[in-house]
Amino acid sequence: MHNETASDRELLYEEQYKRAQKEQSFMRKLLRNKLAAFGFFVMIVLVFTAIFAPWIATHPPHQMDVTRTLLGPGEMGHLLGTDSYGRDTFSRIIYGARISLIVGVAAVVFGAVFGSLLGVISGYFGGKIDAIIMRIMDGMMAFPFILLAIVLMTVFGQGLMNVIFAIGIANIPGFARVVRGQVLSVKEADYIDVTRSLGAKNTRIIFHHVLPNSIAPLIVYATMAVAGAIISEASLSFLGLGVQPPTASWGSMLQEGKDYLVLNPELATISGLAILITVLSINLFGDGLRDALDPKMKI
Amino acid sequence: MKGFLLRRVLQIVPTLLVVAIIVFLITRIMPGNPAAVLLGPQASVEDIEAYAQQLGLNDPIISQFFQYIINLITFDFGNSLTYNQPVITLLIERFPNTILLALSALVIAMVIGVPAGIIAAKRQNSFIDYLVTTFSLVGVSMPIFWLGLMLVLFFSVNLGWLPATGMGSFDDGLWAGLRHLILPSIALATIPAAEFARIIRSSMLEVVSQDYIKAARSKGVHEFFVICKHGLKNALTPLLTVIGLQFSNLLGGAVLTETIFSWPGMGLLIVDAIERRDYMVVQSTVLFIAIIYVVINLIVDILYKVVNPKVNLDTGGGK
Repeated sequence: MHNETASDRELLYEEQYKRAQKEQSFMRKLLRNKLAAFGFFVMIVLVFTAIFAPWIATHPPHQMDVTRTLLGPGEMGHLLGTDSYGRDTFSRIIYGARISLIVGVAAVVFGAVFGSLLGVISGYFGGKIDAIIMRIMDGMMAFPFILLAIVLMTVFGQGLMNVIFAIGIANIPGFARVVRGQVLSVKEADYIDVTRSLGAKNTRIIFHHVLPNSIAPLIVYATMAVAGAIISEASLSFLGLGVQPPTASWGSMLQEGKDYLVLNPELATISGLAILITVLSINLFGDGLRDALDPKMKI
Repeated sequence: MKGFLLRRVLQIVPTLLVVAIIVFLITRIMPGNPAAVLLGPQASVEDIEAYAQQLGLNDPIISQFFQYIINLITFDFGNSLTYNQPVITLLIERFPNTILLALSALVIAMVIGVPAGIIAAKRQNSFIDYLVTTFSLVGVSMPIFWLGLMLVLFFSVNLGWLPATGMGSFDDGLWAGLRHLILPSIALATIPAAEFARIIRSSMLEVVSQDYIKAARSKGVHEFFVICKHGLKNALTPLLTVIGLQFSNLLGGAVLTETIFSWPGMGLLIVDAIERRDYMVVQSTVLFIAIIYVVINLIVDILYKVVNPKVNLDTGGGK
């Protein structure tokens, strides 16, 4: 085993110092980006809206009233009107934020955990393992994202958990590619050689050195992926493959709005705007994150 | 070049095989009996058993897989239970409609996105640059199914200018065909147009500060030629990559766009099949689209090599 020398220690300290410096400069850059700050602010508002939905909503989201169907905004105490079952549109939009954010975050966490694991194994060990994993990922990426999710939903069936799984699985290859690329560039660094020569095991090297140094693009990619997952959930619900009715989801509200486009255009307009604003704010924040971390990052 | 072509064609074989394995596994991991799922809830036990026999579900999994691959090679995608015809017949019927829509969207996206990106880069930090950047950010965040509905609401319901649904025949005249194509193409073109504008802008920004561009300008070359001949030529390679990637979005987006505009393509076929619980059609159509996507990316890679012969695309193993 290689004995730890002063120069080895210096190299490891240098790695930690560089990482800390990078973090400081990153925060400065991010805070200076007004669009990213705006995106972050909207995201925070959405998260609070989702958490405090029962206090913000003016009516229970599933409460039907056949005497108050397809009301326009402001009519009979309904801020944004009602749908064809007489349910309050404003309250359903507020509760819909929960579904969008839960699916967006959970599906991306699922995809990130499994995708990163595959990416690390593929990039770190290389050889046949790498070839096999990446061929499988290539095959999965040959399916347009939404179509892969559709096929998986036809197998799993409707429901919140199934939507999370389907979108999460469809997210795996993207994360695997990003992480693998990072691992390939990090694993040849001098400090990794030093750690290895000091007798560190592969798992320690991966989790203590390779992954922390690959995290920046992973965070940017994950942020963008949340936006994609929210659109995918809305798309699946719009096609009638998402969460089960009567759960309030922006996609299913849009699907209903499509049938009442002439009688009640507000329903489709408002639910679509909710999706657009959410996705736009996440993308603004994601763009800001990328620029702050590394403007040349290819994500 | 011949060697490159052969190698590149051979490289897609494992990807296609993985695509086939994924769809095969998905049909086999369905909870319960796949035959029962494919036949739907109304099927009797006898029907399910007979269909399982017909699909070879009682055979060992390996022989099932080989039979599946042989069927695919011979373009046997199975039979639709609700349309009562081979799935390949449905695909051949719908495929040209989806390609027409996707290509129209691609053309619109390029006509809008490429000049927008060039103008934004030429006038960096100007009002027009901010406008293009903002629109492209909104564009990539756009739920296209919502945009489609808003286009219908505005142009069909309110103004009555264009039809909301269906597909016109070009046999009845150019306008008869075009008027049905305009709204779905615009809806589908939004995301690629935004992506193209972003890519072209950043590629052009890298190029315009290069010495050879300054040299061309100092020689008195007209700005139009400086941009088109020198600038765009270098932005073409990243643009081609994005076109390849966007085709996946176009084919995926077609599912949603065709649903809104009742455009009789493969996307609407999938959605109709989902409603009819005709999963054989769903899975075969998705498989077919994945194959098309792989082939389109092969063509893009070949074009890549034609545009820029120095590019080395012969990457073995994982890239």
